[in-house]
Amino acid sequence: MAEQCAVVGVGQTHHKKKRADVSIPGLLREAATRALEDAECTWADIDAVVIGKAPDAFEGIVQPELFLADALGGAGKPMLRVHTAGSVGGSTFIVGSHLIESGIHERVLAVAWEKQSEGNAQWGLAGGRGRGIGAGGAFAPWIRAYIEKTGAPEYIGWQVAVKDRLNALKNPYAHLRLPDITIETVKESQMLWDPLRFLESCPSSDGACAVVLTNEANGRRAAKPAAWVAATAVRSELGVFPGRDPVRPQAGVECAHDVYEQAGVSVPRQEIDVAELYVPFSWYEPMWLEGHDIAGPGEGWKMVESGDTEITGSFPVNPSGGVLSSNPIGASGMLRFAEAALQVRGLAGEHQVDGARTALAQAYGGGAQYFAMGILRSQPA
Amino acid sequence: MSGATDIAVVGFAQTPAVRKARESEVQLLVPTVTQALERAGLDRREVGFTCAGSCDYLTGGPFAFVSNLEAAGAWPPISESHVEMDGAWALYEAWVRLQHGDIDTALVFGSGKSSPSKPDELWAQQLDPYYLAPLGVDPGSLAGIQARALLDAGKATERDFAEVVVRNRSNAKGNPNAQVAGDFSVDELLRAPYLRAPLRRHDFPPISDGAVAVVLARGDKARALCERPTWIRGIDHRIEVHQPGMRDLTTSSSTTLAARKAGYDGGPLDVVELSSTFSPQEIILRDALGLADDANVNPSGGALAANPVMATGLVRVVEVAQRITEGSAGRGLAHATGGQVMQHNLVCLMEGE
Repeated sequence: MAEQCAVVGVGQTHHKKKRADVSIPGLLREAATRALEDAECTWADIDAVVIGKAPDAFEGIVQPELFLADALGGAGKPMLRVHTAGSVGGSTFIVGSHLIESGIHERVLAVAWEKQSEGNAQWGLAGGRGRGIGAGGAFAPWIRAYIEKTGAPEYIGWQVAVKDRLNALKNPYAHLRLPDITIETVKESQMLWDPLRFLESCPSSDGACAVVLTNEANGRRAAKPAAWVAATAVRSELGVFPGRDPVRPQAGVECAHDVYEQAGVSVPRQEIDVAELYVPFSWYEPMWLEGHDIAGPGEGWKMVESGDTEITGSFPVNPSGGVLSSNPIGASGMLRFAEAALQVRGLAGEHQVDGARTALAQAYGGGAQYFAMGILRSQPA
Repeated sequence: MSGATDIAVVGFAQTPAVRKARESEVQLLVPTVTQALERAGLDRREVGFTCAGSCDYLTGGPFAFVSNLEAAGAWPPISESHVEMDGAWALYEAWVRLQHGDIDTALVFGSGKSSPSKPDELWAQQLDPYYLAPLGVDPGSLAGIQARALLDAGKATERDFAEVVVRNRSNAKGNPNAQVAGDFSVDELLRAPYLRAPLRRHDFPPISDGAVAVVLARGDKARALCERPTWIRGIDHRIEVHQPGMRDLTTSSSTTLAARKAGYDGGPLDVVELSSTFSPQEIILRDALGLADDANVNPSGGALAANPVMATGLVRVVEVAQRITEGSAGRGLAHATGGQVMQHNLVCLMEGE
């Protein structure tokens, strides 16, 4: 590896159900401009653009990056379009970091987005067919299997739902604002896919996220502190085959161990200060804590129960409010990396975890079969 | 951009291009990937990184690319990524990944089945959704506007277009994977009616289904796997503004720039494979690359003979690599394109030892 990659700019939109005030290019520019301002650089400083989003059918535009080249200052530059299902925001960040680490480019803008209000993502998630059961319908059986296997009490899911929504109140960009949410209101909300209730599910959001990535020299001389990419990894596995464990997918286990090894992390629960995990449905918090070997088998839900994953806990998860509070699908994975970067830069504002030096970012997609993970640090290696 | 690390094509395979394949996209890919790995003498488990290029919309189902994972044999889990682009860009991403030095090999594939779709309707949705897509303008119409601009600028004649077609179809006779091949006369072609004036049916590419796979390896690993590796001396890609009205459609500035960034110095090339999907585009690309009149362009017949969208660009890399591997060429250049009227262009410069 020729270079260390530094995150010097982070930008995101105000995520909402419907951003009727902007077009798709306007939405992306909002995030990208904030990232450029944060990095104190201009469009002309960017050497290449990497763009990611979930399936084109969500908005009904074939390869939308082609028309977005104009709004993102792409003309004359290389532009790559990544698509790895729900993990795509994470993969897009990682592809961007590779362009820096290989020494090919000096500054890369990576952008991920979704404008769900301009299409029908539920139709898209069903593979373009009408008989879709939604993402929650696909994941609910595996969540039930997790509960069955670990004996976790039903209130664990409600607890995660409350925690993430209260965290979101500290994040000015978060979509859902539910100051009155309690265990009771989650418990009383409509059952969607047993055991998932309405308030245990992510919203549909319009939103974009952008990061400016650069090399070590630029990272060191940046005006604001940089986040340093200590490790990245991607893993994919087939979605359906006999013997597959969809509760603890092997791709997720291997992806996690790959980043721990690269970053020299031997006890993740102790050596990682904060984690931004892709939790679109409440139960995925304990499931990923175990699925990435942060907690032992059957111990993930106990971390939730004891409050370890709250902002003030010993292992804060999703201080930003997470996917449960904002879900612009294609951007959701990059938001995990962006929020992890903000934490180790000490720039997360009200949802800052005190003393965060090492952060874990994770995104997953498809039938829990695509993983993109990274570890970001406050100091270069 | 020329790479700091020596990376080579060490294996490849492609399906014949056909109007309508009976197989699904993943069924086309499985034997193609297997053949490319066999040719490289590499076991699936040894592949360090996999990258695929495809387009969901061709199949008409979001997440269509997910089933293609089966072709990569994604169990146990693999390190893998996907671009919603021609496989040539998947090759670029894999080439970048190999620069890290921690892995030695990568598998790349591209695939597309146009037969289930209506290409004219589908690709019209590739345009700016607010200002251009509502016009319903199809790729042929835009290519027609480009051809007209070329005629108006005095850079080519309709006879030149037909000559491109005659040469490509004649070249395709030697290509078992081609879909359109044969001997035609320019005068005969010029008697055909216009389809999108000034373009005739033969100026269009065929509608094709097909798949292609490439195995890449680094340094000594490449030499161990392949007697005559095809070294990637440089690869780069550049995009232009989307709005066709803001571009000089008679040139391809992004191709010129990508070629320069890939390290092409204008020196002699034994073989050039261009993704000119409409005949006038070959004239534009020859000019953009500064090719000599007698350059060996598209000995395979090019995209006018076979156009498996999302594989077409990567097929160009394979056609060059095949000639270098076999020893009939020493140095070659492959070109891939994306978007309407060549908005995005990639250039890959390759050499034997």
